Order: sequence, then C-alpha cells, then structure tokens
Amino acid sequence: MSTTTDPDTRPDGFRLGMLINDTRYRSYTFQFIALVLLILGLGYLISNLLDNLARAGLNISWAFLGEPAGYDINQRPIEYTSQSTHARASMVGAINTLIVAFLACISATVIGVVAGVLRLSNNWIVSKLMSVYVEAFRNVPVLIWILIIFLAMSNALPQPRTFRGDDATSSMLFDAIAVTNRGVYIPSFVNGAGSLIFWIVVIASIVGVFWYRKYAKKVLYATGRMLPTFLPSLGILIVPGLLAYFILGRPVTLEYPELSGFNFKGGIHLRLSLIALWFALAIYTGAFIAENVRAGIQAVSKGQTEAAGALGLRPGRIMNLVILPQALRVIIPPLISQYLNITKNSSLAIAVGYMDITGTLGGITLNQTGRAIEAILLLMLFYLVVSLSISAIMNVYNNRMKLQER
Amino acid sequence: MASEYSYVRTDFLGESPPPARETGAIKWMRENLFSGWLNTILTVLAIYFVVWLVVGVWPWFANGVWDADNLAECRAILDGATGACFAVLSDRWTQMLFGIAYPADGFWRPTLAFILLFPSVAPALFAQYVPRKFLIATALYPFLAYWLIWGGTIMIPIVTLIGLIAAYFAFIRLERASGFFMGLVGGVVAAAIIWYLGGFVTDAMSGFLALPEVASRDMGGFMLNMILGVVCVSLSLPLGIVLALGRQSSMPIIKGICVIFIEFIRGVPLITLLFVANVVLAYFFPPGTNLDLILRVIIMITMFSAAYIAEVIRGGLAALPKGQYEAGDSLGLNYSQAMRLIILPQALKISIPGIVNVAVGLFKDTTLVSVISMFDLVGVIRGPILSSTDWTGVYWEAFGFAALLFFVICYGISQYSQWLERQLQTDHR
Amino acid sequence: MKKTVLFGALTVAGLAAAGAQAATLDDVQARGKLNCGVTTGVPGFGEPDANGVWQGFDVAVCRAVAAAVLGDPMAVEFVPTTGKTRFTALAAGEIDMLARNTTWTFSRDVDLKFEFVGVNYYDGQGFMVPKALGVNSAKELDGATVCIQTGTTTELNLADFFRSNNISYEPVPIETGSEAVQLFTAGSCDVYTTDASALAAQRANFANPGDYVVLPEIVSKEPLGPLVRHGDNEWGDIVRWTLNALITAEELGVTSDNIDELASAPGSNPEVNRLLGTEGTLGEMLGLSADFAKNAISAGGNYGEIFANNIGESTNIGLARGLNAQWTEGGLIYSPPFR
Repeated sequence: MSTTTDPDTRPDGFRLGMLINDTRYRSYTFQFIALVLLILGLGYLISNLLDNLARAGLNISWAFLGEPAGYDINQRPIEYTSQSTHARASMVGAINTLIVAFLACISATVIGVVAGVLRLSNNWIVSKLMSVYVEAFRNVPVLIWILIIFLAMSNALPQPRTFRGDDATSSMLFDAIAVTNRGVYIPSFVNGAGSLIFWIVVIASIVGVFWYRKYAKKVLYATGRMLPTFLPSLGILIVPGLLAYFILGRPVTLEYPELSGFNFKGGIHLRLSLIALWFALAIYTGAFIAENVRAGIQAVSKGQTEAAGALGLRPGRIMNLVILPQALRVIIPPLISQYLNITKNSSLAIAVGYMDITGTLGGITLNQTGRAIEAILLLMLFYLVVSLSISAIMNVYNNRMKLQER
Repeated sequence: MASEYSYVRTDFLGESPPPARETGAIKWMRENLFSGWLNTILTVLAIYFVVWLVVGVWPWFANGVWDADNLAECRAILDGATGACFAVLSDRWTQMLFGIAYPADGFWRPTLAFILLFPSVAPALFAQYVPRKFLIATALYPFLAYWLIWGGTIMIPIVTLIGLIAAYFAFIRLERASGFFMGLVGGVVAAAIIWYLGGFVTDAMSGFLALPEVASRDMGGFMLNMILGVVCVSLSLPLGIVLALGRQSSMPIIKGICVIFIEFIRGVPLITLLFVANVVLAYFFPPGTNLDLILRVIIMITMFSAAYIAEVIRGGLAALPKGQYEAGDSLGLNYSQAMRLIILPQALKISIPGIVNVAVGLFKDTTLVSVISMFDLVGVIRGPILSSTDWTGVYWEAFGFAALLFFVICYGISQYSQWLERQLQTDHR
Repeated sequence: MKKTVLFGALTVAGLAAAGAQAATLDDVQARGKLNCGVTTGVPGFGEPDANGVWQGFDVAVCRAVAAAVLGDPMAVEFVPTTGKTRFTALAAGEIDMLARNTTWTFSRDVDLKFEFVGVNYYDGQGFMVPKALGVNSAKELDGATVCIQTGTTTELNLADFFRSNNISYEPVPIETGSEAVQLFTAGSCDVYTTDASALAAQRANFANPGDYVVLPEIVSKEPLGPLVRHGDNEWGDIVRWTLNALITAEELGVTSDNIDELASAPGSNPEVNRLLGTEGTLGEMLGLSADFAKNAISAGGNYGEIFANNIGESTNIGLARGLNAQWTEGGLIYSPPFR
C-alpha cells in the first residue's frame, strides 16, 4: 500500500503538463479553453455590433413596440386597429401563426394517416395513386407548392361578383357556404339569451359520449358483454342538445354569409391566404406523415396481422385495434418533428400575404420602423418558445404512450 | 398399372384451364381493384380522378405554345383556346438555370461542373462497387468545380488544395509524435503558411489557366440552388459530426454549448436565419468588412443543416451497442482514435439515410433565399420573369418547370437513399 | 477580388474584403464598380431584360452615377433588394446607393439615417378598379378588398385614407407586384393600390387594359428618389449633382445627340459650359473629372430622354410627364444651378 505512487496523495504531485496529459484534468482544460473561446467569440461579435451601430448612428431600442403600428391587418383574432401598437400587431401575428399551424397539424395528420394506410392497400390503383401523391409532394419545395396552390385557388375559384344577380354563374353550397377566390365564407353562430346553458349542455353531451364509450369498454373487459355503442353515442350526442335548444327557445342562431356590396358579409371569413397556406402545409406535410405512418405500420410484425386474422377480426378492425395502436409508438416521434416543421414552415406565410408573425413583426413592422435586429430577435424568440413547447408537450405524450415494459 | 375395375378411369384427364375469372388480367383486377365494395368505390373514385386530371390538363399541355416573344403573342397564337405558354421557358430558360447575371458565354462552365458532379460523387455514393482509389476524384471535385464556376486562375484552388494536403500530412506526423491536439494545431499552422505563401503565387500567376471571373452575387437560378445545396451540405457534415460528438460528450460545458446551439437552430425557421444573414449578420462583422450576401447565406444555411445533421448522427451514435465503446477503451485507444477507428465509421454508416434525407430537405429549402431577394430559381421566376413586361401572368408554366427540376433531383436522391438503406440492411428478414 | 473570394470561401474569419464605410468614392473607384440597389423587378423602372441587362428609369440613375464616377455606364453591379432588405443593404454598406422607387419620408431621412439626394419622380398613390364595378371615386370603396404590396409606405397611406374617410376595407397584402397584379386580374381583390406610375406600368401588361380604370384620387405624396447613407457627404454630393446634371441638361437642351458637339469647345451658354466642364472646375470640386456630367448625360441621355425611353408615352408604360415636367413647363422637376 505504501509503495503505490498515486499522484493525488502527494501535495507537490501536480504539474502543469498534467492539464493536457492527465485524463482527470484534461476535460477541465478543454472545457476551460472552450468557454474562453466562446466568451471571446461572443465578445468579439458583440463589440463589432456595438461598433457598427455606433458608426451608423443607430441604437438598440425597444420603444418602437409601443408606437402606433399604422397599418391594417385583415385577419384579427383579437381587437386591433391601425392605431394599435406594434406590440399588439405582433401579438395578432403570433396568434395567426398558431391558428394556421394548429389547423395544418390536424389536417396533415388526417391526410397523412389516410394516405399512409391507403398506400399499403391491396388496391393497386389506389396505392399507386398515393405513391404518386407522396413522391410528388415530398420532392418539391414547399414554397413552390404554396405559391402554386395560392395562385391556382385565386384563378380557379369564382369571384364574389359571379354570385350576384339572376344570371349568377356560381351559387352557394346549401345556401350557407360561399367558396370564392377571396376565401371561404361559412355561417357563424350568433349567441342569444340562454346560449351559455346550451353550449354547456353540448359540451357535457360530448363528454358523456366519451364516458359512455369508456364504460362500455369496461363492461366488455369485465364481463365480455358487448354494449351497443353507435346508437347510444349518437343519442347522447344529439338528444340533450336538441332538447336544450328547443326548451331554451332557440338561443343560438346561424348567421349566413350574404353578398352585399363588394363582398360577402356576415358569417366567418376564412381568407384565401389562410386557406392556401393551410392547405399547402397540410398536403405537403401529409405526404411526409404518410411515409412515417407507412413505416410505422410496416414495423409491426406481420404475425400480428395474421394472429388477428386468425382470431376472426375483419381487416378494418385489424388495422384499428391491432396494427395502428402498435404502429403509433413508432409513428409519434417523427410526427412530433413534422408538427415542428409545420410551425416553422408557416413562416412562409409571407409568400401569400398571410399576416402571421413573420408578416407583421418580421415584415411590415420591421420595414416601417427599420428596427431589424430587435424585430428579428423577437421573431426568433417566439418561434423558439413555440417549438420548445410543442416538443415538450409531445414528449410528455410520447412517454405516456411508451410500451410499459416490466 | 391398369385397374381391375372397369369403372375406374385408368388415364388422367388433361388439366382444364382455371375459370376465366381466376386468371390473367381479370383475376388481377378482381384481387387488386374490386375485392370488396370499399375497394370498388376507391377504385372507381381513383379512376375518375385520374381521368378528370388527364382530361383537364391534356389540352392545356398539348396546345402549348413554345415559340413566342411575349405573353400577348402567346395569347394571340392560342386565340382563345386553352393552352400553356411554354414560350416563357424557351425564352428565359437560361435565366432559370443560371440566373440573370452569369455571362452567357460561360454557361458551359456550370454545366460541365454539374455533369462532372456525377462521376465525382459516384465513388462516395457507391462505395461498395467502385474501387477506393477513385475517391480521389471526389476529393478533387470541389476545387475543380470552384474553378469552373467562379473562374479566376486555377492556381487558387491548387494552392488551397496544396494547403489542405500539407495540413493533412502535418497532422499525421504530429499526431503520431505528440497527440491529436498538437496534430490539429500543426495542421492548421501548416495550411495557414501554405495559403499565405500561395497568396503571392496566385497574385503573380493570375493569368495562368484563368477563366473569366464571376462574382458570387452573379450566381442565380437553379445553379444557385445547386451551389447552396452542395456547398452547405458538404460544409455542414464535419460541423455536424463535431456537434454530435460534443452533445454526446461527458464534459458539461461543451455538451451545454452544443445542446444550446443545436436546439436553438432547430427551434427557429430557416427563413428567420436567412433574415439574419440578410439584415443582421453584417453588423456582427468588423466595421468595414463586407461579405457577399451569398457567403452570409452559406454561413447561416450551413449552421442550419449542421444542427439537423448533428441530430441524425447522434441517433447513429446512440444506436451503436455500448460494447463498441468499451471495445475501444479496452484496446487502449484514446478518444480520438476510438472515435475515428471504431465509433464514427459505424455510426456514420447507419446515419447515411438520415443524412441524405436532411440533404434533400435542405436542398428544397434553398428556395427560401428567394424571400431575401436572391435570384435563385424561384426568385428569378417571381422577380425578373413574372414582373417583366413580356411575361407578367405566366405562372403555371414557370412554377411547373421549377417543380419538375426539383422533383427530378430530389426523387433521384431519395431513390438512392432507399437503395442504400436496402444495401445497409444487414439483417435479412 | 481574387483574395476576397479565396479567403472568403476558405475561412469564415478571412474578412479581407474592402471596407465600405470610410469614403464611398474611394471604395467605388478602387472596386471599379458601383454597387447599386434596385428592385427585384418593376416594369419600366428597373427590370433585367432577357439578356440579364438591367433596364429602366431608376436603373438609368445608377448608370449615370457610374458613368460620372468611373466613366463607364456599364460598370454597375446591380443588387436586387426587396422592400424589406433595401435599407439594411444600404446601411450595412452592401450597396453604395439605392435607386429603387423609394419614397422620401421624414423618418427614413432622420430616424433611419439616410440621405435622399433629390427626387427623380414625383408620384402619388392611386387606385385601380375594374370598370365593371362602376366605381368612380375611392370614397365609394366601402367594404372593398384591396390588394397592396407589403413593405412600402403604401399600406400606411391606405390605412390613413380609409380611416380618415371612415370607411372599411379588407387589405390583402402581397409580397411582389406581379403577384398582386395576378390576384387583381383574377378578381381576388376589387382594388389594386400602389404608386400611380406603377399602376400605369402594370396595367399596360394586362390582357385587357381597357377593362380597368385608375380612380382620380391620389391619396399621398410619393417623392421617389435615390438615396445614400448619412455621414458621407462627399458621396451624397456626387449622386445629388449627377441627378441634377441630368435635369439641368434637359432644361438647357443638352441631349445625347448634341452633347459631343457642345462639350468639344466652350459655347455661348456659360451654364452649359460649366455643366459640361469646358469652363470652371465643378468636377474637380466633387473629386471627379471635369467631364463627369458629360459622361453621366451620355450614359442614357438627359432626364427627359431617360423618361421618354423608359416610361414615357411612346413606351408600353405610357406615362405622361405631368408633375415630372421641367419647372419651365409647369412641372416640379427643378435643379439648383450649376455655378
């Protein structure tokens, strides 16, 4: 024991060379060097920045956020006029970004799952058609798709004025939905007295449906008795709502879009820019999700299909009950990154004039105030926060879906 | 052996053909198109869709006008009939491919560089089938392509190449003598000396084998997309490897830096990074410096793709069994040796399909530079072509052509990637 | 340049490019090229032709300055910019001057630190509608959908106009002019608004120009002119007096046809002599050669000729001189004297 020469036991054992040669200290040396280089590098960049700004007579200031924006935004989910501040305009843009990203995520998932399943279908023509769809959209830049879809819609859809008069060449769907090249007008709800109770009943009945299905499943697992699900669900969904609707004296009415003046008025206006961007992002990302879904399904061993078939399940049920739940574990991680891609690609809104945050804060506000550094910094911060939140939420979900291995 | 019973047949009947509905095209259709009511509906819908598409598009395509000077002339030729005006392509195809500023008598240069790209990349892409020594073509290609596209004397790429070779040998020498770190330093020093000295040579021999110079900002069209895609992916590979290793590292500060960098870049859209390149980055350089926009864009796109490639490689590193790391340690290899000789070759091999996917995505994303007023393929179409007096209003033809170009390249690469995936699959299920 | 490319391509840190901040004139002369910021394409004002050669009214100013400084009107490197990128490109020194239908406003001059050297086109924001709508005044546009190009003063003017008249509208912001035109002709918007000159220029390319009318209201003042960075007054002077030389030349009847003759020897008009450098030392005071104005005028003709060749009534664009006639003809184009 006394003959070992452990350098740590000797107070004078430390030599400078050990910083490089001794693995115990080397990592500290490297980290120290890296840190110093990083600080020097950042310091260099920042000093350049300050120097350049001073030369140009500019400064970093956030005061512009409090000044009136001066421009109008067509899609305003919150109160906004041209007299509102730039900060308010950025907020409108941020909400618009989230709206289109949310809509596109949902539709892309639906499109992707359908296309992915159909691509594996036995039907030759359908599976080939889906391959063409997937390859065509995956291999062409999304910017080109957005531009093509936007221009196609503005050219192919009818103008509002063709709905006018006796010799109208276009007509509204069910007298309620107007599809024009300025967007789609759909009816909106007008809430009258007692509408709150009505909506509570509607929401409660939706919850009721879920509860009933859960209950039916429990009964099935516990006793093997299969409760009917479809008709009772439909009943729970519709009957209370209808009753409440008539008892409360029709508290909620629909406001239909109507042609007046230059445009349709009333109802909800889904603008062309929103629809084009939404559609383009959904169909583009749908192609990627279809590939993920296909890979996920193929990752489920064929024996599972055969086993389920041997149990006498129908092909549709096999897919729903056996294959998809297992495939989901493989599908979800890439799905998260596709959702992130949608959110980030929604910044291409600028190409079709959809007023998302890149269009307001990173576009007009930046232009009118000339505050490039500040605006772009805020813009990046926004996207960073959104991206990190999405991945955090989806990771939690992913962990819950993980195979519980015991 | 004849039977003793007369009612037993003694000779076989010839095989009768299967019923018509069970053979050939009909059977195939029954099984593949009409196997159930749902399938039948899908088939009918699909056929209807295809027919509708063909009937809608065919006249437009077939009536296409290829020879006209402007849109008005096109309209006059078509005389009200449905038809495309492909004349915009025949009139402006050089701008779409090479941009508006590349000298017309030099079009052969990027074309040649593009053609040479295939034989040069082949040794790397089809490593199993092409002898290793051909890899030298891959290594030489960047220098040749640089000379062809940017012009100037060939001495510039040659000096650069010599510098790199010197750096490599200095690295090998010094690494053996005094370790990886010193090797790296020695390599950098050697390269710097050669490049410094080479500066005098290139100045003295500026006319030697010189092609007319073309400035970076004169690059445009599809060529710009190709340049950005190829350059940024190649530059981001080493950077991505370093970032991936850094993120796997046990040193908290280095790991932290890499994680923050990767997550930051992956968290923001490319377009904001391009805004940075365009309007902010110039403020971060020393006063009086003025980097070309294309160089600033290359810096940002390279950082962007490096972050994504790093994540792919990290996946490859994580997929390696722990035993491989332990094997390296037990052989007494130090970190850089273990990485270079054992870990990275395997990790990179399994990451290749992922890297190819990132590369395809990045190549498509190079179209975003049109948003910051660079005239890439999309930029040329949206800018000079569509706003020119002659061609305002020709959208389908121009964007369709752009989509086709991208499709051909990206589809080719993704087919390669799938082929490679099959090649790399060692477990045959 | 060779070294720039080499080091720039090799090392991120190799920032050997020439500085742009110190004295712009020296930089331009050392470089042998003028970096001029232009649009990505506005018919008549700045667009590359099929051969990639830039043409147009704003482009002509760049060529005149290049001719004045370098003696060669083709020694211009055109840098296309969008509404968003133009100011940063100029502020960061990427371009030496900006000639891109940019409106001279207080905040751009004072807050963004740019120097507008003059006005080469007096414009105003107008509205274009299809005739079929039967609209005669912009005040009848209540509830209309309006296409605008983003990144310009246009959208601010528009908001002000509709607010002050207390009528509602639906803005459809579009990134490029050509896409705005596309939406407008497809009927995606009722009104297209931008500078009146651009309205006329773009209407000329419509399939049926006669189906559209420009409304009488001009809702804003849009003095468009070239601009440079604050802080380099010598360079600002050069650009300013090149522009003024073009204007003065028209006033004094100096054209590209007779300029060689007039410049060969001092003539009877002393201001012509001073302008063309046959008398006095005006060029020297700017730090240029004595015949800088002659070179500038020879590049594309005088102001009137540039106007007529690019956007005048004989061209596709077909703009009348209007406000942009010489002051002697009742317009606003007026150059301080060369003295």
